[in-house]
Amino acid sequence: MSEKNTKRRDFLFTATTAVGAVGAAAVVWPMIDQMNPDASVKALASTEVDVSSVNPGNTITVLWRGKPVFIRRRTQDEIDEARSVKMEDLIHPEKDEDRAKNPEWLVMLGVCTHLGCVPLNDKGDYNGWFCPCHGSHYDTSGRIRKGPAPWNMEIPKYEFVNANTIKIG
Amino acid sequence: MSEHEYKPKSKVGQWFNDRLPLLTLANHLTDYPTPKNLNYWWTFGGILTFCLITQIVTGLTLAMHYIAHADMAFESVEHIMRDVNYGWLIRYIHANGASMFFLAVYIHIFRSLFYGSYKSPREIIWILGIIIYLLMMAAAFMGYVLPWGQMSFWGATVITNLFSAIPLVGEGIVTWLWGGYSVDNPTLTRFFTLHYLIPFLILGLVVLHIWALHVPGNNNPVGIDIKKPSKDTVPFHPYIVIKDGFALLMFMIVFAFFVFYSPNILGHADNYIEANPMVTPAHIVPEWYLLPFYAILRSVPDKLLGVVAMLSAILILAVLPWLDTSKIRSAVFRPLYRQFYWILVADVLILGYVGAMPAEGLYLLIARVATAYYFLHFLVILPVLGFKEKTIPIPLSITEPVLGGNPNLAMAKQKESKIE
Amino acid sequence: MKTFIKFCSILGFILCIFSHSIAADKVDYLKTDWSFKGLFGKFDRGSLQRGYQVYTEVCAACHSMKYLSYRNLSEKGGPEFSVEQAKAIAASFEVVDGPNADGEMFTRPAKLSDKFVMPYENEKAAQAANGGAYPPDMSVLVKARGGGVDYIYSLLQGYETAPAGMILDEGVHYNKYMYGNKIKMSAPLSDGIIEYRDGTTASVEQMSKDVTTFLMWAAEPHLEARHRMGFKAIIYLIILTTLVYFSMKKIWSRVESEV
Repeated sequence: MSEKNTKRRDFLFTATTAVGAVGAAAVVWPMIDQMNPDASVKALASTEVDVSSVNPGNTITVLWRGKPVFIRRRTQDEIDEARSVKMEDLIHPEKDEDRAKNPEWLVMLGVCTHLGCVPLNDKGDYNGWFCPCHGSHYDTSGRIRKGPAPWNMEIPKYEFVNANTIKIG
Repeated sequence: MSEHEYKPKSKVGQWFNDRLPLLTLANHLTDYPTPKNLNYWWTFGGILTFCLITQIVTGLTLAMHYIAHADMAFESVEHIMRDVNYGWLIRYIHANGASMFFLAVYIHIFRSLFYGSYKSPREIIWILGIIIYLLMMAAAFMGYVLPWGQMSFWGATVITNLFSAIPLVGEGIVTWLWGGYSVDNPTLTRFFTLHYLIPFLILGLVVLHIWALHVPGNNNPVGIDIKKPSKDTVPFHPYIVIKDGFALLMFMIVFAFFVFYSPNILGHADNYIEANPMVTPAHIVPEWYLLPFYAILRSVPDKLLGVVAMLSAILILAVLPWLDTSKIRSAVFRPLYRQFYWILVADVLILGYVGAMPAEGLYLLIARVATAYYFLHFLVILPVLGFKEKTIPIPLSITEPVLGGNPNLAMAKQKESKIE
Repeated sequence: MKTFIKFCSILGFILCIFSHSIAADKVDYLKTDWSFKGLFGKFDRGSLQRGYQVYTEVCAACHSMKYLSYRNLSEKGGPEFSVEQAKAIAASFEVVDGPNADGEMFTRPAKLSDKFVMPYENEKAAQAANGGAYPPDMSVLVKARGGGVDYIYSLLQGYETAPAGMILDEGVHYNKYMYGNKIKMSAPLSDGIIEYRDGTTASVEQMSKDVTTFLMWAAEPHLEARHRMGFKAIIYLIILTTLVYFSMKKIWSRVESEV
């Protein structure tokens, strides 16, 4: 067998293997992608919440995308406390003004950023929330102050449709 | 397994192999001496492995979205078809995959019948194969029930009612199978469980099937025992691997045409109507791969005997190695058997055809004649043929002509190419 | 290679037998050219949008379509209304939602994520309102009928006066293409029964074609994606098969045997 012949054969085998590998990869993708959120889940509607009956100092919890959302009507004391904290004291520095556009209302995902438990209201060393699973303390703005959680509780996309209705999502 | 001891080259490989001889196994599989004259009918073993794996993988992914509840099953299938990412693709592959699986298994079985692969010393391989085939039918039947369409429901009703033919305990068994007084939610849930289980049983049996094959080695078109390894054999890798791969790709092209361009042609329109226990569809027919047996069932006018005939038609295959009295394996050297073989093929096709037709008039008559012939073939023709048939002399090896310059091999080759 | 040609012809023969057996009691349906047939078949968007109009203005009075959502109307491969149009269509329907904080159900305009609103509360109500005959759900209707699109297309145009000697009960109509020729649905379409927004003349033939196209899409919403992917997959397989074929020839040339 001549040199040239061997080379061509090698090229043929390489090409065959390569083309075969591309096809195998293409087949694997649908099998993986089927586990991603499907079209009906992605299209899931936003939730509208009537907050007219929430008094200052109270929190309601609503379900959105299968997760609890805390909606707290804060007292003036709580707002003052949240806004007076110095940035350098925070583990995850965020201004309260950025977290609550309307200072009276704090809307956030009620999910501890450590491992996903739901923190308790009005508990902990900072008058905000306390996660019983591994002891994370959040302040009146839902910011992490003490404990293993790395970030503040997340603020979802929301808007006031009117004075009494919040649309989440 | 292997005659000569295999030693891995690397130290780590040796260390591992001494504790778990996986590398020895891999070496056995790649070096496995295979007759070099295997034709394309022998590639269907590999194709069937592909079919089984395809069904398991697509089945697992479908099970992530399917809901086995009488009120939700149909809807969840529509959910898969409409909303799940690539759900329509996966379901169509799974549904058509069942048909392709049976197409391949029938070719595999008929190849075995032609070349006498079921004969000594390969009886166990053959019987394992029959068990796999039975399990395939069970899995396919239960899988067809899961979408909970009209054909699912009424197919399940009719097939489970077969058991009521058993004297005394029949009715009790049917109620037990249903978990109620009709096919309903408990039936669906248990069918789903079993449908999920059976493919893994099949997988286990396939391992045994291949293991049993690797003891005597492959049969071949000439049907003679060969020395291995020898001039008559090639190592499995790369020779057989590439050939099986080529055949598999051809098979996949056919498969793809069904999946992408006529995904519902092998199914039945009524199965897109949700199950309704109040209305039976006008024509109840099983999936095409069960039609010959359905024809046998209907050709017998007695309930119990019909069921017995249908089951015997399958189970008779298990004793085939002892019904066929001829010592010659390949039909290439059995001129008479060859004729009868093709008559049997035609007979089974006719049974399949009349199975899809209404059981009345001429169709019923044809079904009865064809059923009678089916049993005649196995119970009378095969045993008698072994004694009466004058066979063509067989060559001593695949490559070398018979000692003394006998032109038989050339003749055999010629015959073979004619037949294929 | 020869064996494969033989194999394919045997396969073709078997398929012929079975397709023949399926088509044994086939009727000659009216024919029209469907744009979605064939290797590259695609839906005609205009036809789909008109078909949706026929469905909502005529069929939806009795027939539900419970597996479709309003969002589907703007999805790719379908009628492809704009998202705004689909939202407006959805908002024109009222759905029951709830319970609210007071534990009561309430109605609200439908949203994109809502399923098509059904004309009747349940199957029994549908039967009661239609003389005992349940108007079948149309989501997968095309796939649930042996003749598929040709059957639906023909049925819509198959109303005729019953042949002499055939006695029809009250509320039963004669249709050339219906199984047994007796149908409870009265002829749903007549020329000009609706006015197409795009100005197309609403003849019975045109409406039948449009609504059947729409039903085909409803039953098989990913048809276009399937055709596209199928073409790519088969081209790919042919290329790989060719490569493997030549590799096989090379490998087997090492032993003296024909493949």
